Amino acid sequence: MLRVIVRRLLQLAVTLFALSILVFVWLRSLPGGPVDAMLGDRATPERRALLVKALGYDQPILVQYWRFLQRTLVGDFGASTRSGDSVLSVLGRAFPATIELTVAAMIIAVGLGVPLGYLAARYRGRMPDNLSVVGTLVGISIPIFFLGYLLKDVFTQHLHWFPPSGRISIGMDNTHVTGFFVLDGILTREWDASADAIWHLILPAATLATIPLAVIVRITRASVLDVLNEDYVRTAEAKGLRAKVVRQRHVLRNALLPVVTTIGLQTGALLAGAVLTEKVFNWGGLGTEITNSISGSRDYPVLQAVLMLAAIVFIVVNLLVDLSYAVIDPRVRVR
Amino acid sequence: MQARRLKTAIAATAVAALAVGIAGCAESDRGSSGDSGGKTGGTFVFAGSGDPKNFDPIFNDDGESFRPARQIFDTLIQNKPGTADLVGALAESWEHDATGKVWTFKLRQGVKFHDGTPFNAAAVCFNFDRWFTMKGAAAQSQMLYYGDVFEGFAKNEGDATGEPVYKSCAAPDDNTAVISMNRYKGAFPGAFALTSFSISSPDALKKYDADSVTQSGDSFTYNDYGNLHPTGTGPFTFGGWDKSKGEITLNRNPDYWGEKAKVDKMIIKIIGEETTRKQELRAGTVQGIDFPAPADAAALANDFNVIARPAFNILYLGINQKNPKLRDLRVRQAIAYALNRQQLVQTKGPAGTKVADELMPGTVLGYAPDVQKYEYSVDKAKQLLKEAGAENLTLNFYYPTEVTRPYMPNPQEIFTALANDLQAVGIKVNGVPRPWNGGYKDDVQKLGKHDLHLLGWTGDYNDPGNFVGTFFGREKAEFGDGAMTDMFAAIAGADGTVDEAGKKTAWEQVNRDVASKWLPAIPIWHAPPSIVVTKNVKGLIASPLTDERFNTVSLS
Repeated sequence: MLRVIVRRLLQLAVTLFALSILVFVWLRSLPGGPVDAMLGDRATPERRALLVKALGYDQPILVQYWRFLQRTLVGDFGASTRSGDSVLSVLGRAFPATIELTVAAMIIAVGLGVPLGYLAARYRGRMPDNLSVVGTLVGISIPIFFLGYLLKDVFTQHLHWFPPSGRISIGMDNTHVTGFFVLDGILTREWDASADAIWHLILPAATLATIPLAVIVRITRASVLDVLNEDYVRTAEAKGLRAKVVRQRHVLRNALLPVVTTIGLQTGALLAGAVLTEKVFNWGGLGTEITNSISGSRDYPVLQAVLMLAAIVFIVVNLLVDLSYAVIDPRVRVR
Repeated sequence: MQARRLKTAIAATAVAALAVGIAGCAESDRGSSGDSGGKTGGTFVFAGSGDPKNFDPIFNDDGESFRPARQIFDTLIQNKPGTADLVGALAESWEHDATGKVWTFKLRQGVKFHDGTPFNAAAVCFNFDRWFTMKGAAAQSQMLYYGDVFEGFAKNEGDATGEPVYKSCAAPDDNTAVISMNRYKGAFPGAFALTSFSISSPDALKKYDADSVTQSGDSFTYNDYGNLHPTGTGPFTFGGWDKSKGEITLNRNPDYWGEKAKVDKMIIKIIGEETTRKQELRAGTVQGIDFPAPADAAALANDFNVIARPAFNILYLGINQKNPKLRDLRVRQAIAYALNRQQLVQTKGPAGTKVADELMPGTVLGYAPDVQKYEYSVDKAKQLLKEAGAENLTLNFYYPTEVTRPYMPNPQEIFTALANDLQAVGIKVNGVPRPWNGGYKDDVQKLGKHDLHLLGWTGDYNDPGNFVGTFFGREKAEFGDGAMTDMFAAIAGADGTVDEAGKKTAWEQVNRDVASKWLPAIPIWHAPPSIVVTKNVKGLIASPLTDERFNTVSLS
């Protein structure tokens, strides 16, 4: 187990190094740059040239990368070209927002996806199955951006059930402890803040959950169907075990393995989906930082850090998923 | 009501389930409300479209940073609410000597900074001297307006050059500040009203290390003054910037020297996406938004007050005389005649847009009503092209994408309309779209790759030099290297004229010559940018310079 973890961490280091080069070169190959954004409408060629030189953008890209690497290796990730805030403080604000959103989305996706998938398999060819097939097709094919606006329009502009954007009501006096607003409200017993944060979470989380929900339903359905045909299930039923025991111990447990793998893979999709969802709902997480950093300010340090962090999250989550196999299925021996 | 019930249900179920184990693990920071009680009270929430850079005005140059700064700080002179005219603010009156180099300000008495320290001439001089003696290439590079107006520092750092306009400041008594310049500059007194030149508390500047701007890798890091403790004399005090929520809180200053704020609190909520800003407005969670898309203005007007600011901007079609064909005045005039600007205004302009005859608004000193005008005429355009031997002209027309500006809300549509007009007189147009922050400005302003391009300007202060001088005061790749040295000289002469009447005459002549002799660009329109507020918002005075002070706003 330990060897696996060490090996994965080494893979992580190599991946991050390669990714850092890719992102660094890609960002600087884009037209425009932070200098134009810093100078705004008052940018003159002379002033631009001065700032380009001051920030070292006139140096060869290898020199720029070497400087970046030197700073990064000693823990200096730089500061946002937009705000001047250290990259770590930007991530400290944005990361909990995105994690809060993705966890909520995953709770919805798993909480609904596994039972629905199971029901679809159990009632194969009947109404629940047909509904799930159609529903998942819609869920996978509908663009998140469009769905977000659609849900917003219906639930915030017409029904007025939910707020249009943000993580908490404007002017809400909530204490920050961890950066997870729901949790912070509980920790500090500011119940209204916690409820308000959940109220704000529902629409964006539902939007973000659509694709993973659809995928989990389909995988669960297929997996349960496979398991239902296994000999050991038939044997268990023939032994006269109660249906509930057969379902829980033999069918669901064995069917969960591919579902867990899917959950791990969907984490990456969630981070990608968060970019769009956060934009639609003005969420203020990593997705918002990515959007702002690319479209407006070409904020190289923040963009670089956010993309690297997303990669770390993706790799770590998949490592955890691999490790969880052993817990779910004792037959699996991780080497 | 439904939303409230839903919230309550959520609170009762989800939170309660989670709460049992971990509740009370941390302390709440909530205190008593502590509201001071304004005249009408309440909280006015305005949706901003982006984060401010920080709150130290001297290091800022953009509207999102200036919006809160204008509530926290005052300048010596301000723009009269709703106009671009100058009125006294921290200075009750001002005058200059015959050379235009010595400016004497009589200061308002009894004004206090938010930290309780007195505002006086020494404070004024401290601020001006602070800017002039700012140390560090990083700090100097971020003082864009100071660089534009005062041109240099006591010691220029890095590769910066420039002879400083500012010389010194003296405080003969508490209520008199005398600012001396090395040379006269036409930008004054208008430039004294720039938000960048707001007066800060000297004590706070020193206490919070305001001059410390450091370069950190690719970027600049600011100090506690600009981030946490901006201290001015304005109608609101700084209450905090919660970056995780995107909220800037400003509290009513009960000791403000002028008209005190009517609301207790103002919150600027940062909402990057325009659709979301409108939805929050409709949900009633914000009471004001800025710069709605022209297409939305009519729909918004049904439910909200859409206030069109007097236009203080210009959209122009720039002509690059690097192309030899375009050095012929007749070709440039043909292009001017070919454009059906009246139709463009009617079909693509925000409500209240007017065709522009000059490259500055009519309210600016030196506007000449009798410049040569180019009424739409296909025949004249074709005739001029024929005379110039340019009947088979092909032009690269650059226009920006991924951007809207108050003067240019829909660049793609404007381009399409103008390109069609040009093609109607036989000019072949190659449209070249380029992202605003992805190469457009480089291609147009630095490399001069274009033949024609769209650009514009929103005025910073009421001075012709800020418009015509900014565009055509010196040789620029944007307009090519055509022999326009007489234009540069004429502009420098007008800008250097001290006498008010003489200055007016000189600029009028410049505008006439720009239109008839030089025609480096064709003025398209002046478009009034709008601000939208809910119907219960009263007292907002929209400014042509977007210089709104929200102390006059009340909520009914």
